Amino acid sequence: MDSTHTTVVVGASLAGMHAARTLRVGGHAGRIIVLDADSHTPYDKPPLSKQVLSEGWEPEQLALHVLNEDLDLELRLGFRATGLDLDGRTVTGEGPGEPEVAFDSLVLACGAAARHLPGTDGVDGVHVVRSLDDALALRSDLEASPGRVVVIGAGFIGAEVAASCRTLDIDVTIVEVLPLPLERVLGAEMGEVCAALHRAHDVDLRLGTGVDHLDTVPTAEGGRRVVGVALSDGTSVAAEVVVVGIGVTVNTGWLEGSGLTLDDGIVCDDTLLAAPGVTAAGDIARYPSKRFGQMLRVEHWDHAIEGGEAAARRLLADMKGEEPTPFDPVPWFWSDQYDRKIQLAGRPLPTDEVQVVEGDPAEFRFVAIYGRGEQLVGVLGMNRPRHVMQLRRILEQGGTVEQALERAASF
Amino acid sequence: MRVVVDFDLCESNAICMGIVPEIFEVRDDDFLYVLNETPDESERSKVEEAVQRCPKQAISIED
Repeated sequence: MDSTHTTVVVGASLAGMHAARTLRVGGHAGRIIVLDADSHTPYDKPPLSKQVLSEGWEPEQLALHVLNEDLDLELRLGFRATGLDLDGRTVTGEGPGEPEVAFDSLVLACGAAARHLPGTDGVDGVHVVRSLDDALALRSDLEASPGRVVVIGAGFIGAEVAASCRTLDIDVTIVEVLPLPLERVLGAEMGEVCAALHRAHDVDLRLGTGVDHLDTVPTAEGGRRVVGVALSDGTSVAAEVVVVGIGVTVNTGWLEGSGLTLDDGIVCDDTLLAAPGVTAAGDIARYPSKRFGQMLRVEHWDHAIEGGEAAARRLLADMKGEEPTPFDPVPWFWSDQYDRKIQLAGRPLPTDEVQVVEGDPAEFRFVAIYGRGEQLVGVLGMNRPRHVMQLRRILEQGGTVEQALERAASF
Repeated sequence: MRVVVDFDLCESNAICMGIVPEIFEVRDDDFLYVLNETPDESERSKVEEAVQRCPKQAISIED
């Protein structure tokens, strides 16, 4: 292949690094330059809400394994991309080195940022968990043995942080505006199981209520520090630490006006192509899924790897004059909470019919399937990885509820 | 090729089993068993995929 062809990858997290790896392994002979605003050695994010908080994992334990391979990548860390010129084929940015980076091909894998609670920026004791620096800052506050941590949002990050705090024997209150945790992802019945799991670990769960404001006091340094959370139901909770887990916003601000189509993500075709010679991957890519009959943007770990690989293969197909293949995997993720491993494959809706096919939710060890009519659309497991993987295969093949039930009968 | 699993890291996510069930098996006790530690060279790309996809980065290949 053309050894003068330069590919720039924006984002050195999972999707970006796997895109870079796939390019090189796939025969990309020219320069591969990976840019990232984060100045840490590229790292794996799932441990940030778990092992980093409760098991003392250090940053070097998080380094992505891709870095161990001899891939001849040029990493430019601490470089924040601020502009894209599609016609001039340059990314501009701020940070070490030249501000203009020229490319022939481009992979956009710049991810998403944690949403903050309005008006809380700069308040001591208030945290999000998205980057390594976020996690280290939270850990530092947890090491001071706070009397209580309030977690705002009972999604996966919030639930994992709550579980880590309980492991450290810190009291936790979770505040969730929905009537049940994860109701939009798992439906009411399974949301109830997640609520029960928190309660079984003595978490004070406040459901169906939002946050009115944070109570703060002045600090000696002239700033403010959180001391409590006032809820919209009129009650309040004393808290020395608050963790906000209310979702993310995609990092597309710097691409406004670039000519790319943006719609809560970078809009791609079914091969992750966003413009000629430009692909997107990871949390930021929105693509049409034939399997699910809708545009999808998926924030899962595994999806970032698969998307990174697919975005690279799309570019390689152009370089080699091959036919590109569509990207349409079954989304899958896991979440470790307390001593439980929750795994979900598929994309169920709260309106889908859920049935337990193995084990007992009351024991937090079971498998459930989601059906939409005859069609199998999701598999949920708690401490049942083997069974989830077996049923996931049926999901990948576009199988039916009946096929899943038959398979489950032989568990 | 020798398949090595760091069992201090392994959390039995069973992803490897989904990719190469002939080599990796998570059993009812929730532990991972490596069915064939020295698979044939023809299995390499599948094993490499399992290495890449392991959420705990617990699998490696020693040549």
